[in-house]
Parts: sequence; structure tokens; C-alpha cells
Amino acid sequence: MEQPVLNVSGLETHFFTDDGEIPAVDSVDFHVNKGEVLGIVGESGSGKSVTSLSIMQLISAPGKVVGGEISYKGENLLLKSEKQMRKIRGNEIGMIFQEPMTSLNPVFKIGNQLVEGIRIHKKWNKKDSWAHAIKFLKLVGLPRAEELMNEYPHQLSGGMRQRVMIAMAMACEPDVLIADEPTTALDVTIQAQILELMKRLNNETNTSIIMITHDLGVVAEMCDRIVVMYSGKIVEQGTTKEIFESPKHPYTIGLIESVPDVRSRKERLYSIPGNVPKPGSIKTGCHFAPRCKFAFDKCFEETPELMDAGQGQLARCWLHEDKEKAALLEKVES
Amino acid sequence: MLAYTIRRLLMLIPVLFGMTLIVFFMIRAIPGDPAQVILGQQATEEAIKSLTKQLGLDQPWYIQYVDYIKGLFTGDLGTSLRTSSEISGEIWPYLAATLELSLVAMVIAIFIGVNAGIISAWFQNSWFDYTAMVLALVGVSMPVFWLGLMEQWAFSLELGWLPSTGRENVRNPVEAITHLYLIDTLIQGRMDQFVEVVRHLILPGIALGTIPMAIIARMTRSSMLEVMRSDFVRTARAKGTRMFWVVYKHSLKNAFIPVLTVIGLQMGLLLGGAILTETIFGWPGIGRYIYDAIGFRDYPVIQSGILIVAVIFVFINLIVDLLYAAIDPRIKYN
Ligand SMILES: Nc1ncnc2c1ncn2[C@@H]1O[C@H](COP(=O)(O)OP(=O)(O)OP(=O)(O)O)[C@@H](O)[C@H]1O
Ligand SMILES: [Mg+2]
Repeated sequence: MEQPVLNVSGLETHFFTDDGEIPAVDSVDFHVNKGEVLGIVGESGSGKSVTSLSIMQLISAPGKVVGGEISYKGENLLLKSEKQMRKIRGNEIGMIFQEPMTSLNPVFKIGNQLVEGIRIHKKWNKKDSWAHAIKFLKLVGLPRAEELMNEYPHQLSGGMRQRVMIAMAMACEPDVLIADEPTTALDVTIQAQILELMKRLNNETNTSIIMITHDLGVVAEMCDRIVVMYSGKIVEQGTTKEIFESPKHPYTIGLIESVPDVRSRKERLYSIPGNVPKPGSIKTGCHFAPRCKFAFDKCFEETPELMDAGQGQLARCWLHEDKEKAALLEKVES
Repeated sequence: MLAYTIRRLLMLIPVLFGMTLIVFFMIRAIPGDPAQVILGQQATEEAIKSLTKQLGLDQPWYIQYVDYIKGLFTGDLGTSLRTSSEISGEIWPYLAATLELSLVAMVIAIFIGVNAGIISAWFQNSWFDYTAMVLALVGVSMPVFWLGLMEQWAFSLELGWLPSTGRENVRNPVEAITHLYLIDTLIQGRMDQFVEVVRHLILPGIALGTIPMAIIARMTRSSMLEVMRSDFVRTARAKGTRMFWVVYKHSLKNAFIPVLTVIGLQMGLLLGGAILTETIFGWPGIGRYIYDAIGFRDYPVIQSGILIVAVIFVFINLIVDLLYAAIDPRIKYN
């Protein structure tokens, strides 16, 4: 099998705050293959953005990557100098941020902001870079691309800005594109268009995409494989098909159950009781145990590791230690 | 931008008219008969009458005002009672001296203040940051007159490095063309005199520039710290932009908007500070001109001096507003 483009192993990113050390990302392992779309899902605060910023080496104080390895095409990014990282950012690994409204600089023209990265990495002259930028604005389906180049962010709608962000992230044709909730801020029709666009880019250029979201609908639509994160840790990992057909972790089951189904019109929307605990606040046992309806004594005493839950699917849950207990999960689903 | 500039200039017309009205009535609100006040108790009836006529005070106030405005439009500021010469002919050398001192003080205050603020924010909590901010705190709490006297004591009296008063070496006087001595000496190629002029500017320049410099440094630092946390700064870094440009281009242009407000305010205050500084350093500026006129009850000079300072104040504000629009594209389109 081909070597993955990106391989994250044992990643630890901690925040050193006044209230102590917060392990926002705690020994996270996953990989992305060439041309693959990997989904990272989880509730707010589960560490998705911190994971992606760690890959880009853009964690700022009080945060710090304190352990692990991020290997990109066989080289550990954590050992690279700032100068070497600059050559990778935007060029080899592109990133689309969660907040389209504030991620563009309000005092520079769209064109200048797009051309900047192209000039840095491709070392082209102004004219060629400008033309290249226009090509990408058209590619992401923006009308009046030439005029937009001379406009400022405040003259664009949220959907347009997010497309500009995508064009910016794609402009240097990166091998990996990290999209941190690229559509959460947008309305449904624009969301569909943007997902369609990313899918097309993935097919046409064979770019690997890490799709971060808490929208399971998006994941089902887009991703080949899924990583489920909870409180800084990966709790389940598998192919999209496996995870939707037979989720192996109670948290994943809860997430899937809480997806609103427009057609069935349930009485009340299901939601997992309780909130995501602050990473590091639970010292012993499974982080999800206090909210888990399957929890038993061991769950509160010992922290489980990721274990094989069948067919290469991994789940961080004590139920999988024992076949009988694991069978409990199947019952709930049907 | 042009339309905006024109609109702002048109808006100045009522402001300037208002100012002439205030100055006009201020001088007429002095209790008693101005001619009597000017000439003193021993003046003869005749003399008072003739001075009243000379000042135009025998006319109704609206005729006086119209005459005054007419005079202003033709560049006639009236006649000095003390020197009996046209004010418009004698005021420029004083004004030039003040402008030269204020501009030098302000340019240095902005250059050092802004850069110190940027570097402090960029390397927050470094030794540079701590040192600069302690100095800035000392700077803002330093009274101008005290700083001026200490400078004279240390650098003139004790060390003898720099002259303590005046703006040129009286034994080697500058041949005035524009009355801005830095320019005059340069166009005449008199490097010896240029050096002298610079030496005379240093102490009053520091006395005048220290407070604005400290305030600008503190404002720049806090504004930069806030901007550097923005999403668009992260976007710029994710593009692979060097930190220098992230700071000096992406962040500074945004952070400069509130700094500009402070600069505008400080320029206005600087005019006030200039009068104090001019007194301490025997600087032949507009402050001294007005101060001397007050001693001689030279009302036309007081009136014109105040008007000119007020007009400068208004134009500084205009320039600041135009700079806002030039920096922030969101302003023009209101
Ligand atoms: N600047 C910071 N200082 C302290 N803690 C932080 C900081 N940034 C993130 N964290 C910690 O990291 C955790 C994970 O944050 P992260 O932004 O990765 O969540 P997320 O999964 O992206 O959530 P969302 O869906 O809301 O974007 C947070 O719960 C918080 O405890
Ligand atoms: Mg996030």
C-alpha cells in the first residue's frame, strides 16, 4: 500500500493556562492517504481546530505542541524550522478556516490577498499571479471574478468570502487541504455548492482533504473515512460506511441519533445529555463515561485505549473488551 | 476618495466661519472699552477716539465683522498695535519656527513610538517589551517644563553638548528664505548651519515629543496585540507569509486606525505644548508671538494668532480623517 501523505501519531497539544495545563489534543493518531477525504467530527471543544492548527504549526501561546510526530511525505513537520514551515504552509498544505467573515483582511483588496501566496510560493510576476488568481476565483464559481479582485472583503457576502478563502487555499495547488468547518457559517444552498466544489477539486486534482465538521450530514456526503474526536482524544475511527452502519462507540451512536431527520418529524430532537468536559478535567476513567448510558464500573476507573472493534474499526470503549458487552451496542441501533 | 475629500473640505466652511465668529466676539467680550484698556488710564479723549476709529470699533458689530471677514479673504489679518506693521507680513517667521519644531517632534514621536509599540507587541513579554513600556510609562507622566529644564541642566549646563536656547547660532545666522531653517540651510548648501539648526532642535524636540511618543507607543502596542490575535492574521501566516510582513503589513494597517486617532489628538495638544516649550527654550515661535502680544495688549495680534492656531488644529483633524478613509476601505462607502 502507498505511504499516506500525512501521518499524525501521538500528537499532544497542550495549553498552559492560569488554571493549569489543558491537554486539548491528547495522543491523537490518524493518517490521510493521497486523494482521500478524511472527516474529523466531534462536538464543539473536542479539539478539532487545535489538531489542524498543530499540523500547520500555527498554535500560538499559551498553546504548544508538546509531543508526537506529524509526518508529511515522510518528513516530521515538528522538526522543521519556521523558514521551512513557511514553504509548506499554503504551498503543500492549504487551510480553510472556520470563520469566513473574519478570516480575510478587511483593509486589503481580495486580489492582493489572493496574489500574495501565489507570489511567495510560485515566485511569479504580478501579472501572471493576478491571472492565476482570477482563474481560481472562476474555478470556485464566483461571478465577476475580475472585478472581485479589486473589491474589499466587506463588499462580499459570507458565501462569497468563503469561496475566496477556498480559492486562496487552493491557488498553490496544495497536496493536502485542511478545511475547518468550511460551511458552518453558510446557509444550506451555498453549503451544498461549496461541498460540491470541494468534492470536484478532490476528484480533479487528487488533493487529499481533511474535512473538519460537526455536521454528520456533510461527513456522510463527502468523506471516505472518519475520525471521531471527544475531549481531545480520538474515540472512534473507521470508514464512513462502517461508522454510519454500525457505530462502535456510544458517543458516535449519540452523535448519529442527534442528527435531525426532516422527514420523520420526531417529537423531540435527541441530544446527548450533558456537555463536553474541559480536556484534562477528567483524570481517571473514560472521558465520556459521565454521559454514557452504557457506562459500568470499569469505565469510571480505567481510561480505555483505542481497541479493535472489528473490521479494522477502532473504538475507545471498554465494551469492546468483551463480545457480550459489545453486543449491547447492536441492540440499541435497531 | 476625491469626492470624499471634497465633501470634507466643504464641511470645513461652516467650521471655519464659526471660528472667526468666536475669535471675533472673544476679543470684543473684554470688559470695558478696548481702546481705553489698550491705552491705559492716562490716555486723552482724543487718543482714545482715534484708536477706536483705527480699530473700527465705532461701527456696528455686523459691519465690523463683515470688514474682518473681507480682510481675511484678502489675507489681511490687521495691524499690530505694538509694531504698527501688518500682522500677515510679520507672523510667518514665528509660525514657521513653531511648525518646524512641532513637525520634527511629531515625526520622531511617530517613528519611534509606532516602531516601539510594534516590536513590543510582536515580542510580547520580552525584555524589549518590558523596557519600552516602563520608559513609556515614565514618558507619559513627565511634565514638559520639568523635562525641558532637566535637559537644559544636563546637556547644556553640565555636559555642554547642546545649545539650551534659540533656533540658530546667533553668531552665524541663517539667511531666511522659507523660514523653515532645515530647508533654508539645505537649499543654500550651508551644511555648517544645518548642523547648528539640528543641534538647536534636539532638546526642545525631545521635550515636546516625549509625551506623544510614549502615548503613541502604548496605543500601538495594545492595538497591535489585539489585531495580531485576529483570524485574518492567522490566514496570512497559513499562506506562508513571513512574520515580518504579517506584522508590518497585515497587522499594522489594521492596528494603525486607532493609533491615527491618538496621533491627531497629540498633534493638537502638541501645539499647546509648543507654547510652553518655546518659553523654556527661547524658541521664537507663534507661542512666543502671542505671549508677547498679551503683555502689550496687542489685541489684533492675539486675535490673529489664536485664529491661525485654531485653523491649523482643524486642518490636522481633516488630514487625520482623510487618512482614515485612505487606510480603511469601509469608511468611504458610508
Ligand atoms: N487559546 C486557548 N487557550 C486555552 N485553551 C484553549 C485555547 N484554544 C483552545 N483551547 C482548548 O482546546 C479545546 C479544543 O478547542 P478546539 O478549538 O480545537 O475545538 P473544536 O473541536 O474546533 O470546536 P468547534 O467545533 O467549536 O470549532 C477547547 O475546549 C479549549 O479547552
Ligand atoms: Mg474549531
